[in-house]
Amino acid sequence: MAFVKIAICVKQVPDSWAEKKMVDGRLDRQSVDAVLNDLDEYAIEEALRIVEPLNEGKETPEHTITLISMGPDRATEAIRKGLSMGADNGILVCDEALSGSDAIATSKVLADVISKNGFDLVFCGTESTDARMSVVPAMVAERLGWAQLTFAGSVKVDTNARSVEIARMTDSGVETMSASFPCVVSVIEKINEPRYPSFKGIMAAKKKQIETKSLSDIGITASDVGSSGAWSKVDSAEPRPPRAKGVKVDDGGDGGSKLADFLLEKRLV
Amino acid sequence: MSSILILIDHEAGKISKTAGELATFARRAGSVTGVLLANPGEGDGLTSQLSSISIDAAVIVEDDSFSRHGIPAAVDALAQVIKAKNPTAVLIASSARGKEIAGRVAIRVGGGVITDAVDFTSELTTMQSVFGGSFNVKARVTTGIPVITMRPSSIEAEAASSSPSIEKMSVTIADSSKLVTISNVQPPVKGGRPELTEAKIVISGGRGTNGDFSQVEAMADLLGAAVGASRAATDAGWYPHTHQVGQTGKTVSPQLYIACGISGAIQHRAGMQTSKTIVAINKDPEAPIFDLADFGVVGDLFAVLPQARESIAAKRG
Repeated sequence: MAFVKIAICVKQVPDSWAEKKMVDGRLDRQSVDAVLNDLDEYAIEEALRIVEPLNEGKETPEHTITLISMGPDRATEAIRKGLSMGADNGILVCDEALSGSDAIATSKVLADVISKNGFDLVFCGTESTDARMSVVPAMVAERLGWAQLTFAGSVKVDTNARSVEIARMTDSGVETMSASFPCVVSVIEKINEPRYPSFKGIMAAKKKQIETKSLSDIGITASDVGSSGAWSKVDSAEPRPPRAKGVKVDDGGDGGSKLADFLLEKRLV
Repeated sequence: MSSILILIDHEAGKISKTAGELATFARRAGSVTGVLLANPGEGDGLTSQLSSISIDAAVIVEDDSFSRHGIPAAVDALAQVIKAKNPTAVLIASSARGKEIAGRVAIRVGGGVITDAVDFTSELTTMQSVFGGSFNVKARVTTGIPVITMRPSSIEAEAASSSPSIEKMSVTIADSSKLVTISNVQPPVKGGRPELTEAKIVISGGRGTNGDFSQVEAMADLLGAAVGASRAATDAGWYPHTHQVGQTGKTVSPQLYIACGISGAIQHRAGMQTSKTIVAINKDPEAPIFDLADFGVVGDLFAVLPQARESIAAKRG
């Protein structure tokens, strides 16, 4: 059986419990805590569940997981979190020219890194909690020309047949679909319960390698990415006007009736 | 004049409600051509339903690849239709599938992509409501043919009585678009309640339910509402994950949103704060949800909801 090499696309995002603001038409990333995108943890967990049984009893893992990210220097923290869960190494594409990249550019950078490093499978979360487009996995598959198996609620990998079967779960129902390696798989949060990094995992992660690459290292022209290379443009971003102050009543035994009156008066029910 | 291509979704032989919405947006910019990707033999049944939406022409592509190989086959066909028709812009409904098709088609035809727009103008600019509705963003595609996905229910579809010209186009789906094989499809389990994202009224339960959604559901059934849940409630396994409203769940924008036993953390607010009227029931008078509420009751949902239900039922007669 050939070794399985898995890449996972991860992103550092503002903490999804924090208030997000826009400055000059862009997300203000400086003022908020940055964390590993929640949804990427499910992808890491799923990939770990595939390689761990295969690596059982091996001194050094033969089947490996590489985390790939695009972002500023501090995105290494998000990669490190994934390494502490058990991934083997990381690649960070870090270049000032990448700032302001759209999904078109992001998918190009990720696909270039993936295609140059000989992976069999790519795992992703379904979306980042900041941009929430959920298009990058499909766009990476388009660029690579690989099979697209996205929105997976369950994943079965047959490493001997080198094939993957998923149950795609969306509002349109559940579709069972399969493809041969190489594939791009995105997973939904229902798929598993991501582990917390153990102390041993955190210590081990400190020794794991994160390779930082610039655009020239991966052979991409700076003008093709970032805000100058974006194919769409934000004209304005305004905070939504605050809501008018409402009425608050204490339930002194008639709160339900008061609520009913409010709804009926406003003809809401 | 602009010519806009819209991708018409359909399920089980019926044209989706979003088709009329897309046509209404597209009409602002110019002439409208609908694209139908269907199984062989399915086209005629679908085209007979087109008269109720405002389109000038329709292109039907029949191929069994769409149901056998999924999104990449649809992308292949749509890209060929776009190349043949050279439209000013392409509008697609914002679903998981619609967005994935949009992203891939944009790469293939060399156009920029904007997803989840809630408005579209004759100048081809879009409005998006981002970060759970806390910011309104105006944007435009600057390179190539704009590929834009529109969030469902962002507009009331205009009634129309059209007689579009129908063109059957045959395309060749490349082998590289057939890498995935779909072996089984189970349509969504439709409960008696409306879809969360399409419902006019949504009633949600959180930590305060302690896992008992019976009062929330009873109120939902009285009002014909959809049931939502906070992340705390879905994480605890009290309600299915597909009902989660919030940053990592669904974004809803109904006429009326009733939050029951939900504190209103930013996580949750991000999924519901653009609702037209917001009602909150919570024991904690300091719960942040009250900052958003047009009407708030500080009290126990297990007392307030049954009383409100009886009162509404009695007064409605």
